[in-house]
Amino acid sequence: MSGPSDFQPTNPALKWIERRLPILGLMHSSFVAYPTPRNLNYWWTFGAILSMMLGVQILTGVILAMHYTPHADLAFKSVELLVRDVNYGWLLRNIHASGASMFFLAVYIHMFRGLYYGSYKEPREVLWILGVIIYLLMMATGFMGYVLPWGQMSFWGATVITNLFSAVPYFGESIVTLLWGGYSVGNPTLNRFFSLHYLLPFVIAGVVVLHIWALHVAGQNNPAGVEAKTEKDTVPFTPYATIKDAFGVSCFMLFFAWFIFYMPNYLGDADNYIPANPGVTPAHIVPEWYYLPFYAILRSIPNKLAGVVGMFGAIVVLAFLPWLDNAKTRSSKYRPLAKQFFWIFVVVCVLLGYLGAQPPEGIYVIAGRILTFCYFAYFLILLPLLSRIEKPRPVPNSIAEDVLAKSGGKVVASIAIALVVAGSVFAGSVQNARAEEHSDSPPAQKWSFAGPMGKFDRGSLQRGLKVYKEVCSACHGLSYIAFRNLAEAGGPGYSVAQAAAFAADYKVKDGPNDAGDMFERPGRPADYFPSPFPNEQAGRAANGGAYPPDLSLITKARSYKRGFPMFIIDFFTQYQEQGPDYVAAVLNGFEDKPPAGFTLPEGAYYNKYFPGHAIKMPKPLSDGQVTYDDGSPATVAQYAKDVTTFLMWAAEPHMEARKRLGLQVFVFLILLSGLLYFTKKKVWANAH
Amino acid sequence: MHRCQPIAGLRSSGKGANRTILDCMFPLFGGDKAVVLPPRGPRAPAASSGCAFGVSGAVPLAADEKGLGIVTTASSADHPTRRDFLFVATGAVAAVGAAATVWPLVSQMNPDASTIAAGAPIEVDLAPIAEGQDIKVFWRGKPIYISHRTKKQIDEARSVPVASLPDPATDQSRVKEGHDQWLVVIGICTHLGCIPIAHEGNYDGFFCPCHGSQYDSSGRIRQGPAPANLPVPPYTFVSDSKIQIG
Repeated sequence: MSGPSDFQPTNPALKWIERRLPILGLMHSSFVAYPTPRNLNYWWTFGAILSMMLGVQILTGVILAMHYTPHADLAFKSVELLVRDVNYGWLLRNIHASGASMFFLAVYIHMFRGLYYGSYKEPREVLWILGVIIYLLMMATGFMGYVLPWGQMSFWGATVITNLFSAVPYFGESIVTLLWGGYSVGNPTLNRFFSLHYLLPFVIAGVVVLHIWALHVAGQNNPAGVEAKTEKDTVPFTPYATIKDAFGVSCFMLFFAWFIFYMPNYLGDADNYIPANPGVTPAHIVPEWYYLPFYAILRSIPNKLAGVVGMFGAIVVLAFLPWLDNAKTRSSKYRPLAKQFFWIFVVVCVLLGYLGAQPPEGIYVIAGRILTFCYFAYFLILLPLLSRIEKPRPVPNSIAEDVLAKSGGKVVASIAIALVVAGSVFAGSVQNARAEEHSDSPPAQKWSFAGPMGKFDRGSLQRGLKVYKEVCSACHGLSYIAFRNLAEAGGPGYSVAQAAAFAADYKVKDGPNDAGDMFERPGRPADYFPSPFPNEQAGRAANGGAYPPDLSLITKARSYKRGFPMFIIDFFTQYQEQGPDYVAAVLNGFEDKPPAGFTLPEGAYYNKYFPGHAIKMPKPLSDGQVTYDDGSPATVAQYAKDVTTFLMWAAEPHMEARKRLGLQVFVFLILLSGLLYFTKKKVWANAH
Repeated sequence: MHRCQPIAGLRSSGKGANRTILDCMFPLFGGDKAVVLPPRGPRAPAASSGCAFGVSGAVPLAADEKGLGIVTTASSADHPTRRDFLFVATGAVAAVGAAATVWPLVSQMNPDASTIAAGAPIEVDLAPIAEGQDIKVFWRGKPIYISHRTKKQIDEARSVPVASLPDPATDQSRVKEGHDQWLVVIGICTHLGCIPIAHEGNYDGFFCPCHGSQYDSSGRIRQGPAPANLPVPPYTFVSDSKIQIG
């Protein structure tokens, strides 16, 4: 991509090919001999990290599509079953789901790097615009991917985002109907989103090729912002950039693995473990964290069309950046004012992200408007102005000179730390809007399965199963758990024969038989726990209008507000037990008499921890209700703990495998990163 | 010189590429300007086939610049093996990681747990099957023929000289002793997977309509392109009138 190559293979077969299709020469000139500025810092490795992430997302996505069913009635279940039944399905899904977040995190760092070092300036305008196009495509792809699991957030995200187009004057409604393929978000919408979600990553890959082509024509920018002039300024891509990128990628994978193996639901939303329900909107709907700043801009403008225009404008304005910033000096390193405003802009973006996750009321709205103004002012007022009034410091004459003058990596390290903290504030802020308002937070319990080495307490799982069977199963289904699961590793620890005997106690509907009739037979290990009601209507009719939810995912589908700064601490402590804490608290939280001043609606019961406190479920557990064979106390607190442990296992049967593999991956990646670091040092020993 | 010969199989980006790049790096240091390193053991061109990007002959742009080039100087001659060890170790660890990454990506294609559970043994009641009749049941998605053979069919199957068969097997070896009238075979033609039709063909057995293979009343191949007999699935007699397949 950087002109004709002088590459000549020696192997005759390769020579033959090379004369007809000079692909080896292309690869050689692009990725081996390609001269790369010798002063690039680690922010430049995010290009390689992004390439890796695109590869990871396409690979895991293609695999997940092998097991996914794009149908409104089956999508949610197919995702759950692929996580439970497919070999390493949980791993692939975690990689793909948190991979989307990592992809966006990396692209934001990549974009901020371009912004800071002026990588959009002449002659790299087209390169930059291609990047903006990639970013837009990523947003579309990420949004449609989030719809596919067809949970509550998927459905309502799809509804809200497609409704953005209804703001278009005259044609709005028609456009939205066209997008939906119906009168509301439904199965046709899901089908086309799946199709497009499969297509767009390959479009991204195509634009990435153009992006790299443009990069290799213009040459890479560098921290000094001066063009490479002589050979002293550059080093060949391989081995210098490749080994540095490999080290960067390896470190990034460590960060990535933290989410895959230990915090798979940290960046997700508990509501998305509730199947899509077109009749109920979740109390607080928030987009994925990477859309939050734009969501905040949308909400800050009190006019539908203007809000939508503002939101898209916030992205489109990036494409005009090369002409908004006329400063001759590229790198903000030599622009004292631009440097300060850059960091202010970063903070504005992070704060907008934080606001996007807050309820749109009170101070948040005002702050959102101020920050929205700041966001646009940076591009439309500040940058054009700065180029006129700012007096830049002198830039080095050459890259080589910059390398020799280089002082320390301490600045970079402190920036890295600042960014990590800012990023976790930003990413975690989504949790703030996630749970309903509670006057009482559920007390944090001590769970044996918490933490990086957590394991289920087998006794607790077995007792919990007993509580479920004798109490909960009267009203609540457990439809994603098969009897065979009881004998699987990491579960309650029953033998295959015990699980088969357990299954045989149940009557399972089967058929039709040869006469065309349905019949009942004893359960087999392959059968799933039968649900207590044949359909939702029957469940409602039997329970005063409230449908007892299926418990398979309840510990992942419930959460509560953690608040600032707990959600940041949670990232480091790997706290993931909001759901179990909440479920146990609700089971313990029934009170006979509501506090004075609280009017309990007809047919409801007072619960201290249930949102709104009026729960339709009567107090399910009482002391001595279930007999334990192992001498554990027959108390409500113990029942609640055991059944919650059991339900946590039901929600994630492979949790132990996840944490075990996580440890192995961490040991490996630390070793690899260490080796790559020293290899990189050796390779670069003479270049610094 | 340990030159890394380029091969046609270019790797795409991703984990696999790390190893390739690392492998390719080593020869750079054995390049034209470098101090010649002691051999790192036999490293024939064939052995370095993991390299995607050859670098032979191409002098890197900055290589000529003293002090700024990529070429290592005499210092490397003092500890050549240590540096080599580092590169080889890094490459090896990366290769192990790449291989370990491939495992789940391939393993996910195997039948999942629900499919395996659904493939559990099934029981079939033989009582309703009259002599001369056969039924088709499905086990693991495969059609299983259960034939209640007539005396004539059994005699035909047992009178054929075994040695003359394309896939020699006695009829006795294909049925359960004491239950000679019951033939249980997987009804999938061993040629290319079509379902043969029962009670057709010249041998009182099965005829495959796709490519004309004919099986006898013991499910053995007699004529046509199929190479082997219809396989007998694992099964046992639970009672005289009930079998368990699987």
